[in-house]
Amino acid sequence: MKTLLKNARLIDPALDCVKSGYLIICGDEISKVCYGKVVEDQKGFDRVIDCNDKYLAPGIIDVGVKICEPGERHKESFRTASLAAASGGVTTIITRPDTIPAIDTPEKLEFVIKRADSVSPINIYPMAALTCDRLGLEMTELGLLRDAGAIGFTDCDQVMIDHKVMLRCLTYAASLDMLVQGHPQDNTLSAGASATSGKFASLKGLPAVNTIAEMMGVQRDLALVELTGVKYHFDQLSTERALDPLRQAKKNGLNVTAGTSIHHLTLNELDIGDYRTFFKVKPPLRSEDDRLAMVEAVLDGTIDIISSMHTPQDEESKRLPFEEAASGAVGLETILPASLKLFHNNSISMPKLFRALALNPAKRFDLNRGTLEANTKADLVLFDADTPFVLNRFTLNSKSKNTPFDESLMQGKVIKTFVNGEEIYGESANE
Amino acid sequence: MAFSDRHLLGIEQLKQMDIIEILNHAEKYVSLNRKSKKKSNILKGLTQINMFFENSTRTQASFELAGKRLGADVMNMTMQASSIKKGETLIDTALTLNAMNPDLIVVRHPQSGAVKLLAEKVNCSVINAGDGLHEHPTQALLDALTIRRTKGRLQSLSVAICGDIAHSRVARSNLLLLNKLGNRIRLIGPRTLMPSGVAELGAEVFEDMYLGLNDVDVVMMLRLQNERMDGSFVPSRREYYHRWGLNSEKLSYAKKDVIVMHPGPMNRGVEIDGTLADDINHSVIQDQVEIGVAVRMAVMDLLSRNVSE
Repeated sequence: MKTLLKNARLIDPALDCVKSGYLIICGDEISKVCYGKVVEDQKGFDRVIDCNDKYLAPGIIDVGVKICEPGERHKESFRTASLAAASGGVTTIITRPDTIPAIDTPEKLEFVIKRADSVSPINIYPMAALTCDRLGLEMTELGLLRDAGAIGFTDCDQVMIDHKVMLRCLTYAASLDMLVQGHPQDNTLSAGASATSGKFASLKGLPAVNTIAEMMGVQRDLALVELTGVKYHFDQLSTERALDPLRQAKKNGLNVTAGTSIHHLTLNELDIGDYRTFFKVKPPLRSEDDRLAMVEAVLDGTIDIISSMHTPQDEESKRLPFEEAASGAVGLETILPASLKLFHNNSISMPKLFRALALNPAKRFDLNRGTLEANTKADLVLFDADTPFVLNRFTLNSKSKNTPFDESLMQGKVIKTFVNGEEIYGESANE
Repeated sequence: MAFSDRHLLGIEQLKQMDIIEILNHAEKYVSLNRKSKKKSNILKGLTQINMFFENSTRTQASFELAGKRLGADVMNMTMQASSIKKGETLIDTALTLNAMNPDLIVVRHPQSGAVKLLAEKVNCSVINAGDGLHEHPTQALLDALTIRRTKGRLQSLSVAICGDIAHSRVARSNLLLLNKLGNRIRLIGPRTLMPSGVAELGAEVFEDMYLGLNDVDVVMMLRLQNERMDGSFVPSRREYYHRWGLNSEKLSYAKKDVIVMHPGPMNRGVEIDGTLADDINHSVIQDQVEIGVAVRMAVMDLLSRNVSE
C-alpha cells in the first residue's frame, strides 16, 4: 500500500520548519518527504490524498495518559481512550500505572498490553509502577516489568517520601537503563492543598500550597538523579521557580527532561472562578506569571514535552465542593486545539509545538516516531489549524467529560489521523 | 429597591449600595426587637430551613430567632447527624430539601464554595452562614451595623482585625465589606496565621499589636481555635496571649473612643482579656449579638421580596 499525501504544509519539528510539499507512506512507514511539487507519477499510488494546503505533522505522543482499566472502566476504557486519541490527533499514548489496582506486577502489565492490543488502533506503551501499589515502600520487579514491556517507571502523583527507598529505586532503575518519571512536589507542604498560595486562594478561602513545594521536589529528585545517573523525566512542572534548578541540571549534563500539561500552558488559577471543579488539577493551576514562564520554557527547550495529563473523572467525583472534588481533566481530544491557542496568539511556532508534542517524547522514550523523516513509522495528523468551534463536552469520545474547555471557543480540527500508515480517523477511516 | 440578588452568598458580590440598603433596613428591626411585641408577619407562610454542616450555637440561634420573629416556619437540621453520614452528596441533600419547597435555606458548611454549589441546585433563596475559610457575609453585615451605630459612620475609619486571619471567614468578609465602604483595614497577627497575598486584597499587615493598634477606631478580635495553639501555628497559648491577646495596655495605643468587637465565641485569656471583653466603655460584643438578629431579619426580608416578586 502506497499513499501520497500532496499539497501539505509539512511541519518538521526536527528541522524546525514548515514547508509546502508532499509525503509518501509505504506500508507502515514514511518512505519519502519532499518539499515542492510532486515529481512522481501519481498513477503509481494506491491512494492519493490532496491535503489542500492544510498542516501535516507527526502524530502527537501523549505521555502520562490515564486509561482507567483496570478498575474504573466506567471512567475510560482502552476503546474510548483510543477513539478520543484518534480524533484528537494523538497517535501514541504512554499510559500511567495509577489504576486500581496499580500496574505493579508483570501479570497486571500483561493485562494492560493485551487490552491495548485487542481494542486499540493507536500505539500504546505502558509505564509500570516504581513501587508496589505506588506506596513508596518496596520497589516493584523492575527487571521483570521491563521484560514484560514497561517503557518506564513511575508512581505518578504519589511522591516518595522516604529518600532512601527512592535512592535504591533510582539506582536499580539506572542499572536497567530504564527511564523513571517523577512528580516533583514536596508533599508535606502540598498536603491538603487544592490551589496555589496567593491572592486568589486567600480570597476564595481555599487551602493552598506555595509554589516552593514544586521547586523543593525538583531539587530533591535532581540530587538523587545526580547520584544515581538514572534517566529521569519530571511529569509536569508548572512554576517558574522550578525552572532554574532544572536549567542548571541540564547544563550540568544530567540525563533529565521535563514535561508540562497543556492546562498549565493555557489556563491560570483565575479560571477556577467560583469553585469550578473541572479546573481542579494536580498540581493546581498557577498564576499568570507562572503560566507565561512555562510557555517561555517550552519555547527555549527547558520544558521538553507537552502532555494532556489525561485524567478521566466521572460526573459524581466533580459534583462536590472544590476541596472534596477529584483532581484531573481529560485532554486527549483537546490537546491539539488547546496547543494551537499558543500558536494563534503567536506564543509558539508550529514546529516548536510539535517538538514538544511529538519529537521530544519520541526521543525520550526511544520510539522511532515523532518526526517527518523517511524510514520512521507513519504516524501522522492532518489538521486545519483555523477551523473554529465551540467545544461541547458531551460530544467528546472519552467516557468522562471533565474538560475545562467546555463551551470555550477553540480553533483547529483534525482532518485525518494515521497510525503506522493506516488512516484511523477521517472520513475514509472505516471504509 | 436596589438589592436584587436571589441569594446572599458573600460580600464579594454585593455593591456598596446593596450593603447600605441592608443596613438601613436592619435599623428598623433593631427597634422592633427592642419592643416587647417583636413578632412581624412578613415571612408568614414561608418555610426556612437552617442546614448546619458544622457546629454552631449562636449563628444558628440567631437565624432561627430572626426567621421566627418574621413569622416564618423554621426548621433546624443538624447535618453531621443525618444524611451526610450515610454517604449522601451535598447536591443530593440540596435536591431533597428543594423538593420540599422551602423558601429560604440558611447553610453553613466546612468547605469553601460549598454553599454556592448548593445554591445552584435549589429554587429558593440561600443565605451563606459561613463556608469554609471563604465568607460569612451576615457576620460582616452585623459588624458593619454595629460600627455604624456606635461610631456614627462607616467610612474613613481605621479598623484592625486581629488574630487568626488565615482560618477566618469573618476576616475575609469584613475585609471585603469595610474596603467597599472606604475604610482602612489593618490585619494583625502571627505570620503563620496570615494568608499569603492578603496585602493585595487591600490591607496593611502588622505582626506587632502595639504598632498595628496605633490610632485605630475599631478593633476586631478573632477566635483562635484550640487545635492551632499547640505548637502547630503558634508555640503556646500563653505566648499567643502575651503577644497577640488584647488587654487594656495594648488597647491604650488605639484611639480613646476605640470599640472592641469579637464574633464569638470568645476564648477569654487567649485572644482577649476577660475584663476588657466586659468593659462597657469599649466592648460592643453584646451589641453585635443583638444586631445580628436584626441584620439577619433584614436580609431574609429583602431576599424573600426578590423571590416572590
